[in-house]
Amino acid sequence: MTDVQIKNGAPEPRGFTGKLNAMSKPGRWAAITALVALFYLMPLGWFADPPGFYNPLVTFSSDFGTVLFDAAIFVLLAIGLNVVVGFAGLLDLGYFGFFAVGAYAMALLTSPASKLITDYHWLDSPWPWLAALPVAIVITALTGVLLGWPTLRLRGDYLAIVTLGFAEMIRVIAVQSEWVLGGDRGISAIPHPPGEIGGEPIFGFVDPKPYYWLVLTVIIVVVFGVRNLARSRVGRAWVSIREDEDAAELMGVPTFKFKLWAFAIGATIGGLSGALWASKVNFMNSTTFSLENSILVLAAVILGGAGSIPGAILGGFLVAYVPEWLRGLGGFLGLDINTTEYRYLIFGLVLIVMMIFRPQGIWPNRRREAEIKDRQKEVAVGE
Amino acid sequence: MDFSELFRNFPELTTTGLTQGAIYALVALGYTLVYGVLRLINFAHSEVFMVGTFAAMWTWNALGFNQNLSPSGVLISAGVLIAGLLAAVAVSSATAVAVELTAYRPLRKRNAPPLAFLISAIGASFVIMEIIGIATDRAPYGNMPELVSNKPLFTILGAEITPVQIVIVVGALVMLVGLDWFINNTRLGRGVRAVAQDPDSAALMGVNKGRVIGLVFLLGGVMAGVAAVFANLKYGFTKFNLGFLFGLKAFTAAVLGGIGNLRGAVLGGLLLGLVENYASALVGTQFRDLVAFVVLIAVLMFRPTGILGESLGRARA
Repeated sequence: MTDVQIKNGAPEPRGFTGKLNAMSKPGRWAAITALVALFYLMPLGWFADPPGFYNPLVTFSSDFGTVLFDAAIFVLLAIGLNVVVGFAGLLDLGYFGFFAVGAYAMALLTSPASKLITDYHWLDSPWPWLAALPVAIVITALTGVLLGWPTLRLRGDYLAIVTLGFAEMIRVIAVQSEWVLGGDRGISAIPHPPGEIGGEPIFGFVDPKPYYWLVLTVIIVVVFGVRNLARSRVGRAWVSIREDEDAAELMGVPTFKFKLWAFAIGATIGGLSGALWASKVNFMNSTTFSLENSILVLAAVILGGAGSIPGAILGGFLVAYVPEWLRGLGGFLGLDINTTEYRYLIFGLVLIVMMIFRPQGIWPNRRREAEIKDRQKEVAVGE
Repeated sequence: MDFSELFRNFPELTTTGLTQGAIYALVALGYTLVYGVLRLINFAHSEVFMVGTFAAMWTWNALGFNQNLSPSGVLISAGVLIAGLLAAVAVSSATAVAVELTAYRPLRKRNAPPLAFLISAIGASFVIMEIIGIATDRAPYGNMPELVSNKPLFTILGAEITPVQIVIVVGALVMLVGLDWFINNTRLGRGVRAVAQDPDSAALMGVNKGRVIGLVFLLGGVMAGVAAVFANLKYGFTKFNLGFLFGLKAFTAAVLGGIGNLRGAVLGGLLLGLVENYASALVGTQFRDLVAFVVLIAVLMFRPTGILGESLGRARA
C-alpha cells in the first residue's frame, strides 16, 4: 500500500471509485441513484426505442429486455463469484454448478411436472414460489459447504481442478439422472414468480422486463449485503487470506472457517441467480450447464477486476451484453457475425491478455492493484 | 452394485483398464513434469493432447486414408501410423511450448500471483479448444483408417488381447522408460531435476532456467502427442472438447501417484485405468466419468501427496 499518494493528508482520487468517493455524500448518493434509475428505465419502450432517432445501446437482433435480463443474471453471478475469487482469492472454476443446483432445486420444488410429485409423491403439491426460493438457496449453500469442506484445506490450484470437476459432475448427473432431474427431457412448467396487477400476472411468458427489474432489485440488495460483508471483520479476514494465507493463520485468523464462508456465500448467490433464472425460463434441461458458462463468469470477474464489486458488475454486463450488441450491430451493417460462436474464443483470449497487461481488471480494487504492483517488484532469479 | 458383472468380466476389465491407464499415464506425465518444475498445474495440457488427436487424424486423411480406405500390409500400416505419430508429437509439443511462451512466461517475468497463472491457463485452454471447435463445427470427428487391428489376437486367462492393446501398452512403456532414462541420465535431465529441486540455486549454478522450463513443456507435449495417437487407435474418433475430461482424469492420475513424481504418474495412470473400469462395471458405465472425480477427491482428502509422494527433485535427487 505504499504507492497511494498523500497530498494534504488525503489520498488523491484515482479512477472511477476514487472520484466517486471524493464527492460529497449527497452528491455521491445522487450519482448512484441516477445510475440505478437509468438501469431501471433501460428496457422501457421510449428509452429503448425513442421516437425519431435511434439508440445505439439497443441490441437489434435480439429482444433488448431479454438481453438485459441475461446480463443481469450474469452480473449477479459475477458478484457471487467475486466474493470467492476476488475477496478470498479462491479460484472456483465450477461456479456455474451452483447456478445449476439452485435452478434444479427451484424447478423440483415448484414445478407441477417435478418427479418429486408425479413419480415419488414426496410432495403432495408444488410449493409456492416464495417458500421454495429460500429452500433452493439453502440447498445451494449446503452444496457449497459440502464441496468446500474437503477441498478448501488444499492449495489453490487443487481447489480449481476439484471445482472444475464438480461442475462437470453436476452436468453428468443432470444428463444421466432421468429418474429425478429428467435428463435431456428436463423439467417443464416451472412457475413464474407470483403477483398480479389488475388481474394480469406481473411475471408472464412474453414480457422479460418484470424479470429484469426483479433481478436488478435482487442485485441491489446483494450488492449492499456483499459490500457490508467486505467491510466487516469477515471481509478483512478474506483479504488477509488472499494476501498471505500462512500469515493470516499465524495472526489468528481461522482461515478454513472464513474460506468456507466465502464459498458458502458465493454458492448462495449462484443458487439465487439459478433459481431466478429457472422461474423465468419455465423449462430447463441438462444442456444449460456446460463448462463454458463457468468460464464466462470467471472471465466477467477477471475482466471487471477481481475484488471490486463495481468491476464485477461491469464485467458481468460486458460478458453477456457485448456479444449480443455486436451481433445486432453486424446485422445492422448487413454482416452475419455469429458472436455466440466466437465469444468463448474471444473471452479466452481476454483472460490471457488481461493477466499479462492488466491483471487488476478494468475497474480494479485499489488494494488488490497495489498487491499486484508490489509483487511485480520482486522478480525471480534467472528469468 | 453388480458384483457378478465385475467378477465375470474381471480379466477383460483388467486388460482394457491397463490400456486406458497407459494413455492416462502418458498424459499425466505432462502435468507432473510441469508441476515438478514450476509448481503449476498446466490446465492447458488437456488441449495439448486434444490437438494431437486431430493432427494425427488429419495427417492420415491427408495421406489419402480414411474410414473407407485403410492401408494394406503391415509395413505400410506401420508407416502411416508413424507419420501420424510424428505429426501429433510435432503439433502437440509445439502447442505446449506456445502455451508456455504466450500464457506463462510473460506472467513469470512479472512475478504474477499463482491465481494469475491458473486464469491465463484456462484462457489458453479455451482458445485452443474453441479454435478446433469452430474449425470442426463442434462435431465428433472419426474419419480414420484402421491402422492396427482391433480383432482379438489371443486369449490370456479369458481376456482377449487385441493388437491395439499391445501397441498401446508396449508403446507407452517404451515412452515411459525413455523419459525416465532421459531425466535421470542426461545433462538436460539433470538440469530439469536441479530446477525442480531449487529453481533459484539451479539458476545461480548456471542452469538456464528458461530453457529447462521450455524443455519440460516440450517433453510433456511429446508424451501427449503419443497419447493422442494411442487414444485415436483405441476410440476411433475425437472431438474438440475431448481433452477436458481426459485431462481431468490424467490430472487425477498424476495426483494419485504423487504429482511431480514421474514414476508416480505412471503408477497413478495405470491404477486409475483399472479402478475406472472395475467401478464402472459395479455402478454402471453411465457414471464412469464420475469415478475419476471421486478418486481425486478421496486422494486429496486422505493422502494429498499421492501414493509415491510429491516431488520430481526429491524422489531421485
